[in-house]
Amino acid sequence: MAGAKEIRSKIASIKSTQKITSAMEKVAVSKMRRAQMRMAASRPYAERIRQVIGHLANANPEYRHPFMIDREVKRVGYVVVSSDRGLCGGLNTNLFKALVKDMAVNRENGVEIDLCVVGSKGAAFFRNFGGNVVAAISHLGEEPSINDLIGSVKVMLDAYLEGRIDRLSVVSNKFINTMTQQPTVEQLIPLVATADQELKHHWDYLYEPDAKELLDGLMVRYVESQVYQSVVENNAAEQAARMIAMKNATDNAGDLISDLQLIYNKARQAAITQEISEIVGGAAAV
Amino acid sequence: MAMTFHCDIVSAEGEIFSGQIESVIAHGELGDLGINFGHAPLITSLKPGPITLTKLGGEREVFYISGGFLEVQPNMVKVLADTVQRAGDLDEAAAQDAVKAAEKALNERGADFDYSAAAVRLAEAAAQLRTLQQIRKK
Repeated sequence: MAGAKEIRSKIASIKSTQKITSAMEKVAVSKMRRAQMRMAASRPYAERIRQVIGHLANANPEYRHPFMIDREVKRVGYVVVSSDRGLCGGLNTNLFKALVKDMAVNRENGVEIDLCVVGSKGAAFFRNFGGNVVAAISHLGEEPSINDLIGSVKVMLDAYLEGRIDRLSVVSNKFINTMTQQPTVEQLIPLVATADQELKHHWDYLYEPDAKELLDGLMVRYVESQVYQSVVENNAAEQAARMIAMKNATDNAGDLISDLQLIYNKARQAAITQEISEIVGGAAAV
Repeated sequence: MAMTFHCDIVSAEGEIFSGQIESVIAHGELGDLGINFGHAPLITSLKPGPITLTKLGGEREVFYISGGFLEVQPNMVKVLADTVQRAGDLDEAAAQDAVKAAEKALNERGADFDYSAAAVRLAEAAAQLRTLQQIRKK
């Protein structure tokens, strides 16, 4: 009975793996639903503030906030939003690929790079890959709170205000639907004007109270909300990716089991046939 | 018929209102402001207080917001609020208690007293009461 025992123990081990992956899938489904709800709740705010900022970048204010001035780019900052845990398919890998591509373009132009990493997978990646990580935060949990993020984001904002970096981008996965997550690199500051150019003439807002005070508050709120939204969205994308990855793993385990079962049955049958023919042969000899 | 324009009210917790309105009255940093169709572009920060919308057909709706920003474009208004509540959902008794508690805290301050935090709490609770009075007036 060649290897029948090995095959049986292999089947048992794959079955227990399958149990784990299917449990993880179910957990991911319920977590994804919650993460999606959280994402949907804060999305309108992030979108609206983005629109306001887009308008503002189109305006011609008498006070120009540092975030509104394009400087010559010598050093760029990235806020990289990754997941804390693995086993979520190619989610983080795809993100890092997109980021490394973007970084390579900057390196060619002699631009240096600072990184602010959210999530332990990102930290682990840059430990191996190399890169100037100036701030890192991980283990934000299922419900990331804005207060936890502010610290590390502030490092980057301060760096921008002091002129150490000249551009800040957010790198994160966009949740398109449960099947698709899109890694994106989005420029946060200096502000990007919205595409709609109906208001071409010179115009400016009335500011109450004065422009400086108001814009300072608004800009901080803007950056916070964008980073928070990226983190929440990345969380939903992570759960979705894990759900798909675990579903595939469960399906593959099922295929593997049925293949192995077939081999095992064949081996068992061959062994029985052999035994019978040996007995028959033995009886004939007697 | 009055000219209408689009208004969005969003808070960090979700979208509260989106639709065509005739006018909006908000509690701005430098005082109350009323906005009708064709207002000049404006950005202001908002203090805790009521926001009154006059919807298409003259129906009014009052919201309470705890601060945020207001942007006016010629044909739309956006309110980016910290938190929003429909005025009807406010709890008057709780607001009154909060006012009393905050006033008491302000009067008998201890050693580790955070004045600005207490002042903010008082302002918010007072603004909630003001919102309630406003919907009752109608």
